[in-house]
Amino acid sequence: MSQFAINLIFVGGSFALYIAIAIWARAGSTKEFYVAGGGVNPVMNGMATAADWMSAASFISMAGLIAAGGYANSTFLMGWTGGYVLLAMLLAPYLRKFGKFTVPDFIGDRFYSTGARLVAVACLIIASVTYVIGQMTGAGVAFSRFLEVSSDWGLIIAAVVVFLYAVMGGMKGITYTQVAQYVVLIIAYTIPAVFISLQLTDTFLPPIGLFSEHTESGMPLLAKLDQVVSELGFRDYTADVDNKLNMVLFTLSLMIGTAGLPHVIIRFFTVPKVADARWSAGWALVFIALLYLTAPAVASMARLNLLTTIYPDGPTAQAIEYSERPDWMKTWETTGLIQYNDKNNDGRIQLYNDTPAFADTAAERGWNGNELIVNNDILVLANPEIANLPGWVIGLIAAGGLAAALSTAAGLLLAISSAISHDLIKGSIKPDISEKGELLAARISMGVAIVVATWLGMNPPGFAAQTVALAFGIAAASIFPALMMGIFSKRVNNVGAISGMLAGLISTCVYIFLYLGWFFIPGTATFENIPQNWLFGGTGYGISPLSFGAVGAMINFAVAFAVSAVTAPPPVRIQELVESVRFPRGAGQAIDH
Amino acid sequence: MADHTNNARAYWQANLRLIVGCLVIWALVSYGFGILLRPWLAGIPVGGTDLGFWFAQQGSILTFIALIFFYAWRMNKLDKEFGVDEE
Repeated sequence: MSQFAINLIFVGGSFALYIAIAIWARAGSTKEFYVAGGGVNPVMNGMATAADWMSAASFISMAGLIAAGGYANSTFLMGWTGGYVLLAMLLAPYLRKFGKFTVPDFIGDRFYSTGARLVAVACLIIASVTYVIGQMTGAGVAFSRFLEVSSDWGLIIAAVVVFLYAVMGGMKGITYTQVAQYVVLIIAYTIPAVFISLQLTDTFLPPIGLFSEHTESGMPLLAKLDQVVSELGFRDYTADVDNKLNMVLFTLSLMIGTAGLPHVIIRFFTVPKVADARWSAGWALVFIALLYLTAPAVASMARLNLLTTIYPDGPTAQAIEYSERPDWMKTWETTGLIQYNDKNNDGRIQLYNDTPAFADTAAERGWNGNELIVNNDILVLANPEIANLPGWVIGLIAAGGLAAALSTAAGLLLAISSAISHDLIKGSIKPDISEKGELLAARISMGVAIVVATWLGMNPPGFAAQTVALAFGIAAASIFPALMMGIFSKRVNNVGAISGMLAGLISTCVYIFLYLGWFFIPGTATFENIPQNWLFGGTGYGISPLSFGAVGAMINFAVAFAVSAVTAPPPVRIQELVESVRFPRGAGQAIDH
Repeated sequence: MADHTNNARAYWQANLRLIVGCLVIWALVSYGFGILLRPWLAGIPVGGTDLGFWFAQQGSILTFIALIFFYAWRMNKLDKEFGVDEE
């Protein structure tokens, strides 16, 4: 059977499963459409949250980022998991107790203001739309690589499948397809990782293999990797970072951004009880950690594997001849994600860090520039081929990559459509809309959101990569602080919350635009995006635009408390509302009367 | 009534103390051991590198999981002790 047929069976089979689940889990009421009826088992919800959260970026790109950056990029590992601690203790149980359908619902009620609700809707839509573009393009790439269709057609197929289960099933359909998608993606991610760990370290579990002995050299794997990369002029893989302030702020931005992303928060509205919301956050992190503990092992092993393939006798000896390169390199060269250019015309592949500091060594060895460019993203996708695994594993990776992209896209689309139908239409424009009318409005806005997301995926704005910084920046600087103050302070009032959210939102956007271009239009950046130009850049402790979300959040808190202190405290009924969300039972009944 | 209010306040104070305790550990393993204190942990070797690297790539995540389950277990117990749990 050809590889194409195998891929088709895996992808087609997984899609048929998602659609079958959607038909089984149709949504009949707004409560089922928005929060799956509120009856999802906490362990199942944890699994669905893991699939919801782990996007194409986690599945495809993260291992490549860590491979390239080594210790410095541990920020992604800590940042994208630590947010769940904040969710479990600071947000999820109380918002579950509040018991409504969306994140702007809480902000609008707690700060007794349509203005606050609309600011929250705007933040939610900007953050979620920028995020969904990446998922759709990721799905398109996976399709074009594995199914030999153009990425536009791939996108349309993906959109139709998401449309079927998300529009029909709402949160209920999405929840149970996400559970299935989690199973597909985690199997796809871990099987090749186990094999590569066995090959390199003779250890079955990749996270243990990471700190074990490299079988071939007898040295610890990480020490071997440090040795190989430094002989090629790269920084040591485990080298410490000088600008620790930026590393701390970047990690913090990712953590509070994670906790503030609406599509993650609404997953905790689907469990039956407050106690379940707490457990569920723990289960979500367990399922996420299965991938996040495997990723750094894949990163270091794949990087070492690549370098030892190119330098079979060590980096100080001759590199392999281009004509003898392994088959997987040939396959990936056709996609343009691996590029070779024989600069010194010796027919061999020299891969090294072409910097002035290494120029003398390179010249001594007769090298005339780095000859191989390897895109970070292929590391996970090419892993089964690098490890010589059978064809069905490649089919599994294709289905896994698509599962990661589609599960996140569906969660985002639900967050967007519920903000439109529930907060914008029912909450502001037409409060007397019937239950049936609202359900129809929710389905129509979901359909429109899918069409827009597909169109954006086909015509990605040139700035798609940078906008992820914007999504996390906005979630960190506007949504997270507003939710937290709404629960933990009875004193923060409507004016304070709105000023705080706007101050956080604007300061973060402006700081990002200053370095990455105004509204990301190329060529409009005020300052070149280099560390010396950043805030405090002169001291060597500059704050990168990606790290500013944490600073924006602090600005939000400071402004909200300052403004609230000089204006009237919230009315008594709002203080009672705050009291009620703090207790799983009791004070809640006082509000209902 | 006064008793009920005192009870509510005690419950909320207990929750806040628990959160602060957990977040101190949360910050210590990630921002502390994983980033800022790494140079001080450089002398403790772990599989070809040092303890700080281990915390940054594995230890912090494992601690996060333990923290959430500990918090959920403690809080669900406190809910019952203070009689504010759901039926």
